[in-house]
Amino acid sequence: MQKQAIFQSKLLPYALVAPQLAIVLIFFYWPALQALIQSFLLQDAFGLSSSFVWFDNYLELFRERAYFEAIVRTFFFSFAIAVSSLSFALLLAVMADKPLRGSLLYRTLLIWPYAVAPPVVGVLWIFMLHPSLGVLSRYLRALGIDWNPLLDGDQAAALIILAAAWKQISYNFLFFLAGLQSIPRSVLEAAAIDGARPMRRFWTVTFPLLSPTIFFLLVVNIVYAFFDTFGIIDTMTRGGPGKSTETLVYKVYSDGLLGGNLGSSAAQSVILMIMVIVLTGIQFRFVERKVTY
Amino acid sequence: MANVTLRNVRKTYTGGFEAIKGVNVDVGDGQFCVLVGPSGCGKSTLLRMVAGLETVTGGEIDIGGRVVNQIEPADRDIAMVFQNYALYPHMSVYNNMAYGLRNRGMAEAEIKTRVEEAARVLELSAMLERKPRQLSGGQRQRVAMGRAIVRQPKVFLFDEPLSNLDAKLRIAMRVEIRKLQRRLNTTSIYVTHDQLEAMTLADILVVMNGGQVEQVGNPLAIYEKPATTFVASFIGAPPMNLMSTRPEEIRSQLAGSAAADAGILGIRPEDFVITDETPAGGVALPLTVEAIERVGAETFVYGSRQQEDQRVAATPGELPPGEVIVRIPGTEAPAIGAKIRVAAVQSKLHLFSGDGRKRIEA
Repeated sequence: MQKQAIFQSKLLPYALVAPQLAIVLIFFYWPALQALIQSFLLQDAFGLSSSFVWFDNYLELFRERAYFEAIVRTFFFSFAIAVSSLSFALLLAVMADKPLRGSLLYRTLLIWPYAVAPPVVGVLWIFMLHPSLGVLSRYLRALGIDWNPLLDGDQAAALIILAAAWKQISYNFLFFLAGLQSIPRSVLEAAAIDGARPMRRFWTVTFPLLSPTIFFLLVVNIVYAFFDTFGIIDTMTRGGPGKSTETLVYKVYSDGLLGGNLGSSAAQSVILMIMVIVLTGIQFRFVERKVTY
Repeated sequence: MANVTLRNVRKTYTGGFEAIKGVNVDVGDGQFCVLVGPSGCGKSTLLRMVAGLETVTGGEIDIGGRVVNQIEPADRDIAMVFQNYALYPHMSVYNNMAYGLRNRGMAEAEIKTRVEEAARVLELSAMLERKPRQLSGGQRQRVAMGRAIVRQPKVFLFDEPLSNLDAKLRIAMRVEIRKLQRRLNTTSIYVTHDQLEAMTLADILVVMNGGQVEQVGNPLAIYEKPATTFVASFIGAPPMNLMSTRPEEIRSQLAGSAAADAGILGIRPEDFVITDETPAGGVALPLTVEAIERVGAETFVYGSRQQEDQRVAATPGELPPGEVIVRIPGTEAPAIGAKIRVAAVQSKLHLFSGDGRKRIEA
């Protein structure tokens, strides 16, 4: 059955959607269009004039070794953040799903980190792991690790991955817990009677039944790692040391706003936009299919 | 093949709620035992305790001569059919049935033989590659049965397996289950709240109420000699008419010493006949016809007694005090408002103590 509202005036429906449309147009399409236009322009050194250069900004970008490094780095970060936060969240959710005393408190506390803004997360972890101020750094040194993320690029990367994954655990935990609770108890009981031990039960019944949740979260986490880690990177390492924590999004910011190369920065944003469209497309197609197992 | 023996089995939840208050049942090898009772009587809990899905807080559960209280469900050598079937939604019908065998490390060739044999018996051969969501309710039910039989366990446990099916399919599956159990000759425990299912399936019927066993025995023996008013009104549909023996109208008709101790008289609707005579030692009641229900082969007459009756101890399907159901064959019935007289012979009278907890033999 198709539901169709009848409006007296033909203009009324348009008037009603206008505020929403205005927001989308002003805050999404206008900047996107600006970025697209900007990406075809080259500015002079003083920013006084600009000339139309077709795809030069893009071609320049693809010739740049640093850009490829940033792509590889971003994919590595995304993968590391998604895998670590997903697996840890799943572990916590499986634990929290057991009938425990005070499980409500436990669950509530696990959800809290999600409410913390990314820059605050960055500051928080800096306080704990700063080479000279950090509480945890002392213990790491005591263990004989030469801990200095301000100088060591790999350690800085590890720090970013840790902080970004930590923040995303809550979100994943929430979805995993809901996913686990939607698995009928009797199916797991049937598996227990069928002779499957807890580990085997998890891998042959629980995990496959969670696969739609896992896929959904994987896409969400990749998008998160691509775009929302900006605040964490900016407060913790500012892309450094060197360029060891400069992801694609951070590079857009540093090339454009710090380096003043607006054309290249805009071209990079357009490429990022295409990536996010592809990711969302995959997710939508998947969500529409609903049942997958 | 195994006996199942429950010895003073108890279940008390941490909050202090006593769900099972000391149950003793002995199910012989190859017998079909049905646990029946109203919802919340603890029958499913008891079954889950036998399966190992609930802990036992008192007494012993013995399967095939081995006390299984502390043994994992997987190691009890039982198979269970769940109310909602509990099929693995991500596995094909074949894999649903093979799962339990694979977990036990059986060779693939042997698994294939067993699954195909079960599928043939249950008429599932054509749908082995389908997923549970592509099956109808009855087919899912059969897959759940198949999953149980391929394992060739010592005991089958059924937790209201037919309650999600429509009425027609339920009757067909009921017969199927009985035939299958007879052929495999596997000890079975079956939980239901449907007294008709209970009567037709059981070798041994266990009537439960409030965590306790009210009566254990052969279904017909229970029907003929219910031990309490609860059993009397739960087994048999429509329920047995129960009335206080205190009014003079009834007291005067009950002769003998046994009748003197009785507080409650029970007469099944089918044991009444409409007649003006009073059989020797029997009971006759004058009634005013209030309602008639014709179902084809038989007719139910709802009558009210001239005298207001007191409420007596019973719960399931309870009739308002003073109302009597009479079941007569055919479709001929007295008119509504007519004054009739119904009578039952002495051998069809059931006498119970005043609290309904004890049967008194005349």
